[in-house]
Amino acid sequence: MSVQFKVNGKPVTAHAETDTPLLWVIRDELGLTGTKFGCGAALCGACTVHIDGKPARSCQTQLSSVAGKQVTTVEGLSKTAEHPLQVAWIKHEVPQCGYCQSGQLMSAAALLARNSNPSDADIDAAMSGNLCRCGTYNRMRAAIKDAGAMMRHKA
Amino acid sequence: MSMQVTTSRRSFLKGSAALSGGLMLGVSLPLLQGGPALAAGTVHTPNAWVHIADDNRITLMVARSEMGQGVYTSMSMLLAEELNVGLQQVRVEAAPPAAVYVNALLGAQITGGSTSVRDGWEKLRVAGAQVREMLVQAAADQWGVDASSLQASNGQVSGPGGRKASYGQLAEAASRLPVPEKPQLKDPKDFRLVGKRTARVDTPAKVDGSAQFGIDVVLPGMVYAALAQCPVIGGKVQGFDATEAKGMPGVLEVVQISDGVAVVADSWWRARKARDTLKIQWDEGPVALLSSEGMIDATRAAAASATPIEISKPRGDVAAALQSAAKVIEAEYVQPLQAHVPLEPMNFTAHVQGDQVLLLGPTQFQQGAQGAVAAALGVKPEAITLKTTYLGGGFGRRLELDFIVQAAQISKAVGKPVKLVWTREDDFTHDFYRPVAVNQLKAGLDAAGKPVAVQFKVASQSVTQRAFGLPANTLDPFMAEASVPAYDIPNTRHDLVIHDTGYRVGYWRAVSHNMNAFANESFMDELAAAAGQDPYQYRLALLQDKPRFANVLKLAAEKAGWGRPLPKGHARGIALMEGYDTHMAQVAEISLDEHGNVKVHRVTVAVDAGHLVNPDTVEAQIQSGVMFGIGAALKHQITVEAGRVQQTNYDRFQPVRMYEAPRVDIVLVPSTEKPGGIGEPATAVVGPAIANAVATLTGKRIRRLPITAEVLSRA
Repeated sequence: MSVQFKVNGKPVTAHAETDTPLLWVIRDELGLTGTKFGCGAALCGACTVHIDGKPARSCQTQLSSVAGKQVTTVEGLSKTAEHPLQVAWIKHEVPQCGYCQSGQLMSAAALLARNSNPSDADIDAAMSGNLCRCGTYNRMRAAIKDAGAMMRHKA
Repeated sequence: MSMQVTTSRRSFLKGSAALSGGLMLGVSLPLLQGGPALAAGTVHTPNAWVHIADDNRITLMVARSEMGQGVYTSMSMLLAEELNVGLQQVRVEAAPPAAVYVNALLGAQITGGSTSVRDGWEKLRVAGAQVREMLVQAAADQWGVDASSLQASNGQVSGPGGRKASYGQLAEAASRLPVPEKPQLKDPKDFRLVGKRTARVDTPAKVDGSAQFGIDVVLPGMVYAALAQCPVIGGKVQGFDATEAKGMPGVLEVVQISDGVAVVADSWWRARKARDTLKIQWDEGPVALLSSEGMIDATRAAAASATPIEISKPRGDVAAALQSAAKVIEAEYVQPLQAHVPLEPMNFTAHVQGDQVLLLGPTQFQQGAQGAVAAALGVKPEAITLKTTYLGGGFGRRLELDFIVQAAQISKAVGKPVKLVWTREDDFTHDFYRPVAVNQLKAGLDAAGKPVAVQFKVASQSVTQRAFGLPANTLDPFMAEASVPAYDIPNTRHDLVIHDTGYRVGYWRAVSHNMNAFANESFMDELAAAAGQDPYQYRLALLQDKPRFANVLKLAAEKAGWGRPLPKGHARGIALMEGYDTHMAQVAEISLDEHGNVKVHRVTVAVDAGHLVNPDTVEAQIQSGVMFGIGAALKHQITVEAGRVQQTNYDRFQPVRMYEAPRVDIVLVPSTEKPGGIGEPATAVVGPAIANAVATLTGKRIRRLPITAEVLSRA
């Protein structure tokens, strides 16, 4: 059995059992370790990736369900960390331990892709599924707004 | 008090760390991958902190674990300041375990206790200055000029007549010179880096997925392990049936180790799935009947019956002063168990080959890891090479060594490199929990409402007895933190009762500051209320000869608009503490939401942490500590029934989330005092500030955390 799909634009074939969570396929079979294991139960958001542009918890996504789809991980967010969110994350010195940040960035990227001028309530709604035990929330909020402004300027 | 604690903490940790082995390694071990030490002959090590290659690549060794608190940056800033290089000119690398890297405040190579900057402040500047002076002397010798005519800056030494040499060109000769014992340190007013807001060196790798945490380690030929441990901590395997697991795809071996049964497979998911099919008979061991309520009851009973240990020398005559007081106030405060649950689950990678052991992963305690694995495997500590990765959070959990020993035992059993990864459920149910605590306070007020006597007793469990073998009936300084506040009260007595519940406990961010500051600062508000006085003014009046305390209290109150009108349904609470040589006051502004949950709108923090290294990181740590403390104050706790932890994931134990994160305003006091620690104090101060605001808003004094909607509705 194998499942074919695209990761960060490149076609891949995964051989794990088809009920394997996408998270472990990405990390252990494809070797992209930016996507993190946090809770295994869609409670923390550390494993967030995009599937066909929409944020998804890869720990709760079976391999079989991504056949033929486009998966984007933090490694595919930009070529050289030039995504406005990555720029803003550095400017605001958001990460502390950094472990949750890939998932945070992917949730934030999905938010800004559909709304580059999010209100505080929009940010709360999009980001409250992602835990940060270091408590970097205020800096993330500021960085999301800043990145949104960068995107609106560019557009 | 704080001196006394520091001294005893140092001496007993020194003794126990020496026993754990590994302290006598005088030289750094070769690093695993791409480290400068591998390039023998081209890299020079004038001292243990600075490696310089011929091609002018400079590597700074950081002896503290990067767990989010910014040590890779702050430690490098201290070295680079005196070495006269920019941070962009250097690489930063995690130091291996070695005696030279021991934390002088803790007596072992430990990252904890908010000590990194306090320990490194002078040590790392001296280390940087030594190398600078050696490079200058090497140039002086080569050029036949006096060292005083030369300058070292931006990675090169320059001298009269425009002569120049890079640090790399001078490194070999410099490394052969004696290390100057007392190099000339810069006057702090000449600092270029220290004290300036500085971009963290680890941030770029943490926004593109490239930062390597323990869970990301890959070794050639590596296999994966999932471990079944007894649902009651400390339970032992009596027997097991692995027939089903062994028939599952990818499963290589099933092995029993001291803490349970491990399934080893060619992928972690396969190992984990097979683990869940194991049928294990457990001897649940001695804590199988314990409940968290029982632990609290037993601790309270011990407070009444046990002979207490004096925390500090009593002042005046408490009994007489209470007798003659116009009013006597008594209160008891209770704290539940708490879990650390950093986002990166416990994991470690080990490769045992004969008597040589390679360990890679996230730890706060390098020599502990070496010593514990050496003891478990029967090898010499020197035979163990340890490489510390980034830590996906620590908070005290990664001071513990259980998961490291497990990985090594599994690797030894299967003869391959093994990455052990715990599930989140494993982590919740096999933590080293913050112990329960019962604080009992009694005070006498005079006719004007002023406190004339305070009697303080804390009963709790000693982490230090378990972790470092502190003898019984000995003051555990990590239980007495923040127990003696700064307030000028003529008659005081402070006692500790150590009660061992039998449950497994550990150091949790801010440790006993959490319990003692919550009790003391809640009680101070209760006294002010009994005296009919404003809690801010009431405190201030007792701090007349304590300028650093009074200053942060005033700054926090002013910045928060203390006494000024608030939106309807809002209230403020204030709290003050000294911990880790840092003076901090906080004001919390709260309301209740439509479900009766406490909503924190704004936390104002004024802090005097002495000389700051990276002010941006100081602010980040305060923000972090506030969020961590709000979780414990309002949201989560660990409860135990029949020896089993009832919270197994982030659904029943909810840390603060984005929608709950309050605005945090921070006032940094400019100071040239010696640096204080900043990773932990904010966690302990926010709880009492919130509880005091709740009392002001609702009239309900909640003396047990967390303050949930349910607790409030029943109060």
